Amino acid sequence: MTGAPDPAITPRTLAPRARKGRRIRLPGALVHVVVILFIVGWFVPILALFVSSIRTQADTASSGWWMALVRPDLSLQNYALAFDQMNIAGSLGTSLAIAIPTTVLTVLLSVIGAYALVRMQFAGRTALSLLLVALLVTPPQITLVPLLRLYNQVGLSGSIPGIWLYQVGFTLPFGVFLLRGFIASIPKDLYESANLDGASELRTFWSIVLPLSRPIMASLGIMAFLWSWNDLLIPLLFLGGSGVSPPITVNLAGLVAQTTQGQGPLMAATFLSVIVPLVLIVSLQRYFVRGILGGAVKG
Amino acid sequence: MGAMTIREARKNYGAVEVLHGVSLDIEDGEFVILVGPSGCGKSTLLRMIAGLESIASGEITIAGRTVNGLAPKDRDIAMVFQNYALYPHMTVEENMGFSLKLAGVPVAERKERVAAAAEMLGLEPYLGRHPRQLSGGQRQRVAMGRAIVRNPQVYLFDEPLSNLDAKLRVQMRSEIKLNHQRLRTTTVYVTHDQIEAMTMADRIVVMRDGTIEQIGTPLELYDRPANLFVAGFIGSPAMNQLPGRLEGGTFVAEDGTCIPLPGDVSGVSGRDVVLGIRPEGFLPAMEGLTAEVVTVEPTGSETQVMLRLAGQVLTAAFRERVTQRPGDAITLGIEHAHLHLFDAATGERIGPDL
Repeated sequence: MTGAPDPAITPRTLAPRARKGRRIRLPGALVHVVVILFIVGWFVPILALFVSSIRTQADTASSGWWMALVRPDLSLQNYALAFDQMNIAGSLGTSLAIAIPTTVLTVLLSVIGAYALVRMQFAGRTALSLLLVALLVTPPQITLVPLLRLYNQVGLSGSIPGIWLYQVGFTLPFGVFLLRGFIASIPKDLYESANLDGASELRTFWSIVLPLSRPIMASLGIMAFLWSWNDLLIPLLFLGGSGVSPPITVNLAGLVAQTTQGQGPLMAATFLSVIVPLVLIVSLQRYFVRGILGGAVKG
Repeated sequence: MGAMTIREARKNYGAVEVLHGVSLDIEDGEFVILVGPSGCGKSTLLRMIAGLESIASGEITIAGRTVNGLAPKDRDIAMVFQNYALYPHMTVEENMGFSLKLAGVPVAERKERVAAAAEMLGLEPYLGRHPRQLSGGQRQRVAMGRAIVRNPQVYLFDEPLSNLDAKLRVQMRSEIKLNHQRLRTTTVYVTHDQIEAMTMADRIVVMRDGTIEQIGTPLELYDRPANLFVAGFIGSPAMNQLPGRLEGGTFVAEDGTCIPLPGDVSGVSGRDVVLGIRPEGFLPAMEGLTAEVVTVEPTGSETQVMLRLAGQVLTAAFRERVTQRPGDAITLGIEHAHLHLFDAATGERIGPDL
């Protein structure tokens, strides 16, 4: 009935059975090998980035980053340079000023929209659902030119709220789509029970649906944040020529071209742009509790 | 107080009418069970009382108040769902106190009422736990506790025991009954299990296809079923049904076997009838009908025997131990209280009591 996994069938209960024969252990080891390979593959570039960012310019020019592990000669000079000469603080600030409201708006509007599509009966509900799918398959790039003209006409061009509007608009279909599936899996009995307990529609949404949707909202939040944070094209086009500092992606893309400072400060700036989303993901980790619907219905 | 009346209640989904004008009076403090096969409309009727389904026509009153247009929360009822429907992110205490919180009951009183209900149900050690940390029986108790703290005029139960295993079901059955004896609150309980109905109810309402077939105490239904459907539904094992004719004071089965009937049935002589015989109405006797034993199923307290009689296989339940083996002949008497006559065409009970 529910989309939640049967509590009886979890890896924990399967584990003793898997431990019985040696033949069954082999795939387990294989999985570990693959996972380790993936981690190494992803982690090495970040490590390289970090190490490069704390080496001196002379070292970077003469040898590969791994030499730092052999002959450490580290300094924070690159970071100082990045902040002093590349306007990294301003760029990080702009990026956060874009990504945080975009994320909050996306998650909030997605959960409201998904709830409405699942629970409320209104004319044009099916049409709206279809429109959602249509928007899902629309590539944002084809809207760039008309939207840019529109932005110029209404004076949104060059403003941060303009970026929010664009990014939220194009993340929302996915967000509603993702959350709709989840909210539809909440058993009907829970709504009826809340209704009998005297909860209004708003109260049911606030006290039942929102807490239950927390894990999926966290997932969506992370995705929305990453998309917004890593977006280069939209800020580049829509924020160009304005007084605000360019967001970190735009700034870095510009820095790649000019190497007068050497690579060091660029490495430092790039590492800073990576570490922010990383911190976010780790801090939202605790919301990824599986099977939060467990115990709602049946035994 | 918590008396309830249902007048000509109808319900339709589109063009399909699923309840065809149901009327029912429930007294204050009564434990009424709606029973019937799947799709008979019993759950729909319960949900109409709760306010989860609209009422197409007719009237439902609770404690003298017409509730047709009232929201569920204003009907002064509490419902226990088949799936319990506990809020998974709330502790047991929060689950039980949620309705009170919404009603604006002060924290101290809320705690007190939840504690009282928890004590009654033996839930005190679990107040801080989440539903997923509870067993099926405990979740069921929390669902009841959630209803009890509201102290409503009427409790509604929608097949609350069907997700529990057999042993727990028997235990929870007596717990629900015990709670009802303590609280004396009007209760409407839906089940498809006639044993649940027989053991718990003050009165049973047997439903089929959106109409009420019979209303009565458990023993009334057992002793005087109004028609073949009720006769077949109530009682376990089910009543045997033998088609045949009445000739004078004798029932003649289709193959010519004669079963003499007690009482005066001359008024209905010559009609096609169905003779109902409860399995426990057969007695081992020195003389009487002779039947062939097909199978013997001892359960310890009684022995169920499948018999070939009058060209049909019938069930008999004997208190005595049965020494016959399959294929043997057995001589039977019939206890008259367990004989019932029904009209073959309409299925209605006929004639004087036998």
